[in-house]
Amino acid sequence: MSRWHKMLLSGPGYSALAISRVVHSWRFSLNGSRNFSTGKRARKDFIQDLEGQFKAIREKAAAAMPGTDWSPVELRRDLPPDRADIVVVGGGVIGWSVAYWLKKKERVRDGVRVLVVEKDPTYSEASTVLSAGGIRQQFSLKENIQLSLASVDFMRNINEHLWVLNEDPIDLQFNHSGYLFLASESVAHIMEENYVTQREHGAKVTLLSPAQLKERFPWLNTDGVVLASYGLENEGWFDPWSLLNAFRRKAMSMGVFHCHGEVTGFTCTTSSRETEDGDVLRIKRIKYIDVKMPDSREYQPVECAIVINAAGVNSGKIADMIGIGSGSEHSMAGFSLPVEPRKRYVYVVHCPDGPGLESPFLIDYSGVYFRREGLGGNYITGNSPEETEEPDISDLKVDHEFFQEKVWPHLSHRVPAFESLKVTGAWAGFYDYNTFDQNAIIGLHPRISNMFLATGFSGHGLQHSPAVGCAVAELVLDGGFRTIDLSAFDFKRILQQEPILERNIV
Amino acid sequence: MNQRFYDVEVFWRWSRWLKSRRVQRKNAYFGFTQKKFGVNIAAAYYVLHLGGSFRFTDQSEWVHANSRGKFSYNFLNTPDSTIEEVDLSRTLINHNGLDNIVSQKTLRSLSVQGCPNVDDWFLARLHVFGESLQELDVSHCPRITVGGLVALQHLRKLRRLDVSSLVGVSSPSLVRILLEEMLPLCEVTGAEYDQGFVQHDSMGQLKEDTWLETRSFPVCIYPAGSEPRLAPSHSGEFLFLQAA
Ligand SMILES: Cc1cc2nc3c(=O)[nH]c(=O)nc-3n(C[C@H](O)[C@H](O)[C@H](O)COP(=O)(O)OP(=O)(O)OC[C@H]3O[C@@H](n4cnc5c(N)ncnc54)[C@H](O)[C@@H]3O)c2cc1C
Repeated sequence: MSRWHKMLLSGPGYSALAISRVVHSWRFSLNGSRNFSTGKRARKDFIQDLEGQFKAIREKAAAAMPGTDWSPVELRRDLPPDRADIVVVGGGVIGWSVAYWLKKKERVRDGVRVLVVEKDPTYSEASTVLSAGGIRQQFSLKENIQLSLASVDFMRNINEHLWVLNEDPIDLQFNHSGYLFLASESVAHIMEENYVTQREHGAKVTLLSPAQLKERFPWLNTDGVVLASYGLENEGWFDPWSLLNAFRRKAMSMGVFHCHGEVTGFTCTTSSRETEDGDVLRIKRIKYIDVKMPDSREYQPVECAIVINAAGVNSGKIADMIGIGSGSEHSMAGFSLPVEPRKRYVYVVHCPDGPGLESPFLIDYSGVYFRREGLGGNYITGNSPEETEEPDISDLKVDHEFFQEKVWPHLSHRVPAFESLKVTGAWAGFYDYNTFDQNAIIGLHPRISNMFLATGFSGHGLQHSPAVGCAVAELVLDGGFRTIDLSAFDFKRILQQEPILERNIV
Repeated sequence: MNQRFYDVEVFWRWSRWLKSRRVQRKNAYFGFTQKKFGVNIAAAYYVLHLGGSFRFTDQSEWVHANSRGKFSYNFLNTPDSTIEEVDLSRTLINHNGLDNIVSQKTLRSLSVQGCPNVDDWFLARLHVFGESLQELDVSHCPRITVGGLVALQHLRKLRRLDVSSLVGVSSPSLVRILLEEMLPLCEVTGAEYDQGFVQHDSMGQLKEDTWLETRSFPVCIYPAGSEPRLAPSHSGEFLFLQAA
């Protein structure tokens, strides 16, 4: 059969061979054996027929065994498996990092079956690929500083962690330029305190006076600046796609399942527990997770033991799907996950006379930031809108007025060369904004006994993804944090209404 | 052969692991030596251990190992001498190894020419010598890119910088101009100005040339007057470099 097939496919030598074949088979048929050489046309028909035959087999099998989706021929390759130990909802950088660390930490080969569900394989709206790609150590909370340090350590040795056999080494295109924060008089004391905390935890940061600033960055207008802090090492920016892809490629090579589908619902069991003051709390446990396949209305339930909610801006919605908050208890509102999308614009500007190679990732006390992009005089810049002026989040359209009114004036004040810039492009992305305290929420959901949260990063999730993935995997597999203690990021703080805020200067 | 796929894979993994362990061990932190003999001796020992050479501040003689990697331990007698010049060209130093010499606040000149493990992260750590380093040679390091060269802005005292033959930098002469702008007091040696402009129309061609250059340099370039220090054990690493 295979020889016969080969002949069919071989082009030029075909006719001569066919003749000898016909002669042969004729002789065979004389001997009473079956004539299978049926000439050119019939052969073509046979191939065409094959598909029809397969279809018939499939139908027969379906009729014989109703209720299973087994098929002798695999129909769709991206269908999720029926069962997984751990389902990660959301295949952004956080989701894939968690999946990688779960596999990395498993004790026996194929010890845990991990599935990553991602609704949009093109990542057209995922924050990861729309971010500015920056990493800094200049935070005020020790947890955030530690996460950054651990992540940068991971990135430094990324090829030892994420390199896959027979693939090119990973190039993050890391640009080692520090963040330069500028403080006005009213916030300089915060900057000094933060500096002390940062140094304490091993971040390489230095403080600069306006005179030193002027000397190092002659293009900078230091009016109104009384103090600046500048990252010396382990800060900069990199390509978010490379990091996401590296995590994904490695995790898949380690046996993580992935599927393209949207999580649309959960099947849960409920149990009741009494609280200290006598209230009855209903605790849910997820049994099945419903995955809706793209271009189809079908749902595929996936049985799972643990769910990790890493759906970025959608993680609030995912938690809501379970129906927490729709109860009679009065304190319900406190249980909903305070993560929602907030639109942020990034503008690409061109300015041939702008700051050169030494250009840092500058963050002014007005909130405006900019950084260099490549070597050709391009920069990206933006600003965070006021809380009261948050833009509409129904789409990712860019508001160019915002640049004229809220970005450019501050930018050209700080760097006079930018007075003659030209906007060459722009995009918008969603922050996975934690409305409660703008910090990550990591840990078990208090009302869903098997859902872990890794969300709410509000603008610094990309840089923390390697360390966060490790922390979540420790929480799931070891039952507690081992390397960095992130218990401050637990959901509990929201229940107790105790925000942990970054002491920012902007 | 395809039945042996996993064996080959495991073998491959092992060889990679051994290779990286070798680099790691070479660059291990000499904490014990530092405690016992002080940071200066530890730094000196580390440099010799890697196959490099150095010069103490108050001496004019360079100290280096002989062709078999042996060296005299005279430097043990001068625990207070700090190092002023270090030549670590064509050694296995990487960013971890820097930990052993960051204590040398008087370091004035450093050469890591042709080091296969010197990368952008290495350059980003050099800010610790910001107050002393005047001469730096990072030429022929295949892993360096522009992303790391920008970190040299912290070396405010730098007067001479060699960035020639960096295969990881795609437009060398543009980068050279930008580096000169970034470090106005520093003389930058590197690609000739016209090289980058030729590069625009025949990028592939030129890249190939520079590549060939780096491929052959480990065996043929030695600083004039110094004896070849490329111990046989090093060649494995350079082979790796050629294959990569
Ligand atoms: C303009 C901008 C600039 C930023 N700059 C920086 C920066 O400089 N440094 C930094 O560290 N961070 C930055 N961030 C923040 C950073 O991008 C995010 O914190 C981080 O990417 C969050 O990653 P994630 O994986 O949680 O989310 P995402 O990347 O959004 O991934 C979530 C994924 O879940 C999928 N998903 C959602 N719902 C479902 C569902 N129901 N079923 C299946 N899949 C689903 C989505 O398709 C998406 O791919 C920036 C963000 C923006 C918008």
